[in-house]
Amino acid sequence: MSKQDFKILGTRPIRPDGLDKVTGKAMFGADKSVTGMLHARILRSPHAHAEIVSIDTSKAKALPGVKAVITGADFDELKNRWTGYTSQNCMAQDRALYDGHAVAAVAAISKSIAAAALKLIEVEYNLLPHVTDVDEAMKPGAPVLHVGVKARKLGDEVSGNTVGYYSFGHGDLETGFAEADEVIERSFKTAATHQGYIEPHACLADLGSDGRGELWCSTQGHYNVRLICAEILDIEESQLRVTASEIGGGFGGKTTVFIEPVALMLSRKSGKPVKAVMTRDEVFRASGPTMSSSMDIKIGMSKDGRITAAQAKLRYQGGAFPYQMVMMGAMSAFAAYDLDHVQSEGWDVMTNRPKMISYRAPGAPMAVYAVEAVVDELCQKLELDPIDTRLKNAAREGTKSSYGPTFKAIGLVEALEAAKAHPHYSAPLAENTGRGVSCGFWFNFGGQVSVSMAINADGTVNLIEGNPDIGGSRASISMMAAEALGIPLDRIRTIVGDTASVGFSDVTDGSRVTFAVGIATINAANAAIKEMCKRAAMIWEIDEDAVEWVDGAAQPTGHNAGEFPPMSLAEIAAVSGKTGGPIAGHHEGAPDKAGVSFGVHLVDVEVDPETGFTAVKRYTAFQDVGKAIHPAYVEGQIQGGAVQGIGWALNEEYIYGEDGRLQNPGFLDYRIPVASDLPMIDPVIIEVPNPGHPFGVRGCGETAIVPPLAAVSNGVSRAIGKRMFELPMSPPKILKAIG
Amino acid sequence: MRYIVAKNSRDAVALLGAGDGAQPIAGGTDVLVQMKLSGVAPSVLVDLKKIPGIRDIVLEDGGIRIGACVSGAEMGENDALKNMWPGVVEAVELIGSTQVQGRATMVGNLCNGSPAADSVPALLAAEAIARIEGQDGQRDIPVFGLLEGPGRTKLGKGDLITSVLLPKAAKNSADAYLRFIPRTEMDIAVASAGVNLQLDEAGVVAAAKVALGAVAPTAVLVEDAAAALIGTRLDEAAVKQCAEACEKACNPIDDKRGTIEFRTKVAGVMATRAAKIAFQRAGGLL
Repeated sequence: MSKQDFKILGTRPIRPDGLDKVTGKAMFGADKSVTGMLHARILRSPHAHAEIVSIDTSKAKALPGVKAVITGADFDELKNRWTGYTSQNCMAQDRALYDGHAVAAVAAISKSIAAAALKLIEVEYNLLPHVTDVDEAMKPGAPVLHVGVKARKLGDEVSGNTVGYYSFGHGDLETGFAEADEVIERSFKTAATHQGYIEPHACLADLGSDGRGELWCSTQGHYNVRLICAEILDIEESQLRVTASEIGGGFGGKTTVFIEPVALMLSRKSGKPVKAVMTRDEVFRASGPTMSSSMDIKIGMSKDGRITAAQAKLRYQGGAFPYQMVMMGAMSAFAAYDLDHVQSEGWDVMTNRPKMISYRAPGAPMAVYAVEAVVDELCQKLELDPIDTRLKNAAREGTKSSYGPTFKAIGLVEALEAAKAHPHYSAPLAENTGRGVSCGFWFNFGGQVSVSMAINADGTVNLIEGNPDIGGSRASISMMAAEALGIPLDRIRTIVGDTASVGFSDVTDGSRVTFAVGIATINAANAAIKEMCKRAAMIWEIDEDAVEWVDGAAQPTGHNAGEFPPMSLAEIAAVSGKTGGPIAGHHEGAPDKAGVSFGVHLVDVEVDPETGFTAVKRYTAFQDVGKAIHPAYVEGQIQGGAVQGIGWALNEEYIYGEDGRLQNPGFLDYRIPVASDLPMIDPVIIEVPNPGHPFGVRGCGETAIVPPLAAVSNGVSRAIGKRMFELPMSPPKILKAIG
Repeated sequence: MRYIVAKNSRDAVALLGAGDGAQPIAGGTDVLVQMKLSGVAPSVLVDLKKIPGIRDIVLEDGGIRIGACVSGAEMGENDALKNMWPGVVEAVELIGSTQVQGRATMVGNLCNGSPAADSVPALLAAEAIARIEGQDGQRDIPVFGLLEGPGRTKLGKGDLITSVLLPKAAKNSADAYLRFIPRTEMDIAVASAGVNLQLDEAGVVAAAKVALGAVAPTAVLVEDAAAALIGTRLDEAAVKQCAEACEKACNPIDDKRGTIEFRTKVAGVMATRAAKIAFQRAGGLL
């Protein structure tokens, strides 16, 4: 696919949501209130695993100001197994499965009365053995969270907590390892991390006695919220209108529900609107962090740096319910390399922790971390250049990937070459400083999408999409619409519609929105263009096929060329009332040619040999994004992913005590990086167009969190002269390794 | 809960001594957080900020008296204070964020009783003296004499610290404070050290105080560590001996913020690094 010339794509207009956000006008999840609404509070289990013997809510119900109290008994058993797990995660049934699991909820006329009512609920627990570590949870004899959900392919060597097993690869490992000059086999562990969105989960629910419901919430996918809540509350989807608020971060963590069904149930029971807002403590204990992991990696390499065989065994812990995510790790682990002999296996495991949910490239960062750490150790051992070695093995167009498909045009080689040529790579290193390199990969997705576009009589355009804007999609969608229609950007306003305003749209995840909504927008624009050409043909009294759309205007073509002056979009729109009525375009579809994306990160870290403190001194991130629609947003995505990965590498972790309780449910002891911890992250955009998108777009939101874990770990390992095998590399661990 | 603005320190003492559960509030950066986390409000919240003189920084007998309601930001803008006790000021300025600095007070940090309080090792090294207004009138007690354990001080019921005196700094002396945190700001000390050194005319350490934080139930003064520095220009052997003395004085806990092993090692590192800073501030040449 050749590079195209664009008028609007690639420019950096001001963001459409900027003014509202900096002036405080933007409405987030907790910003909406209505007259007569109640406040919800949720009682949570202090135990990691306990049978709920009884719940006595009578005293709470008797407290003046309390309008409704609910428990698991208010929620029906569901036919759909997966929605059933979601429901039980929102409100426990017979057992509390983790510290923080909801066991009851109250709606009252004030927050303080709701809080007082919680203290009046008496829960009798019968404590059960618990397990929070993935390796412990897999052992036969471990306390099993749910019986009968063990993956079918597995035998007695693993416990019933092992709910998923996947295997990918090709070739013959034994042959490959025999060809190697050096084989390194290492085990790694990574801690569970949280997305760390600043806005806690919040919603306002109103479910009337007429069966109609309104739900306002902070979410990455309001159609998904509607689907799940309608099923849990047993109402028809058409009767529940869900509106997505502005969102203060999601990163995958707002792709499911936690408090919405609870608020709806309280509203149904009380007959009043109910507002529910999580505290930060609740966000940590009872939303969906990502998986922790335990991994074994074995890689063989020839003296000249050719990877001859590669094997990964990934064990992920995903919390208290069955889940499917290790597959993504097993597929991503070796995606960057063109290998003859490769195998990756993965096991999904349940533990007494909050149920995992997506976190930016879910499943990939830890797997790629372990692989890239071993690749780096091999480079050190064989005295090979880390980038040259990766180039020697890099996947490119036509490579059969380790997870099956053959890659189309991809930009890994371009990213590696850009990294090698960048001044960062050849800059001298100071004392106690190490330079780390890592590749990263993410699939990107397409999925279902609906877009509706209206051409107004004044020549402006309204566009409605169904995907919450978490990374700048209103800007990129407007820009693609302007490019396709050939009109200035300021003529277009894009909004995110509620579930009653536009057709179904999948969740904003998988870096899919600019790709999929973009395609729908281009198709909607083309539909409107076709209609506008038809109107012009009607006015000119020529054949419809004799009109073409050039630079935002209809013009006669063929033997009619030059016969009439072009009619602009505004001119056609102005007379639309007399030529057949309003002009619009819409598109519904499920585009599936999202191009995969590769990134390469370079980092210099300085380690204080006396304290084990790691300072990130310089960071450069290279990423193939296909086509950067709005480069400033793309750079922001790359920087944000890098920073989250740096946090994961250095300090972020869910810390559990022997009692199975979370020790650090707050930003003081769950350490995301603060601004002063970081240098400016220097993003370098690589553009290898995706042949599956008219403008060449690839998703760009997730890839950037994949390389930092290994890049930082490789940098630290080189700085201290000892290999590190566990994340986070908090100062005590590094100081211990230094010895 | 009742909220009362005390008009003077006698009023405040009377209110605090009267019933159970009365709580003084200065900047509120600890008190309000504790109220929010526990969900429990004190019976009476006694606001100290309107007590005459309690927000003043004044020179006194060559030293500097800091009122109980002086914020960290105000200390950071006082040149006389910064020149005489730079270590105390840098310790107080490490507490919280810029926003917190506008309200948080050094005396509140002391009264909160945290073993990791940033200001306390610096106050110990400076030999600061707290002025206490109590049921039986006013008394002066060295800050060292107020420390008791995590979350506790030796202040009695109704006792109120109204100010802290930083004594006149000796000629050719300076202090410094350092702490270790896993990030660069907005955190709580994992191990910390305040050091105050006085040099003689030859640039040799003549007197020293070394205090450690976050490595024992209270901040501690380590006399052996100070002794290791006296009579030296912080040569390698002195620094090593100082670090070892600090390590011996440590009695930390193992928790989510750091292991016993880590805290012990890093306490010595912080002390020797702070000593070097204080030494250079005092005019010494390394």
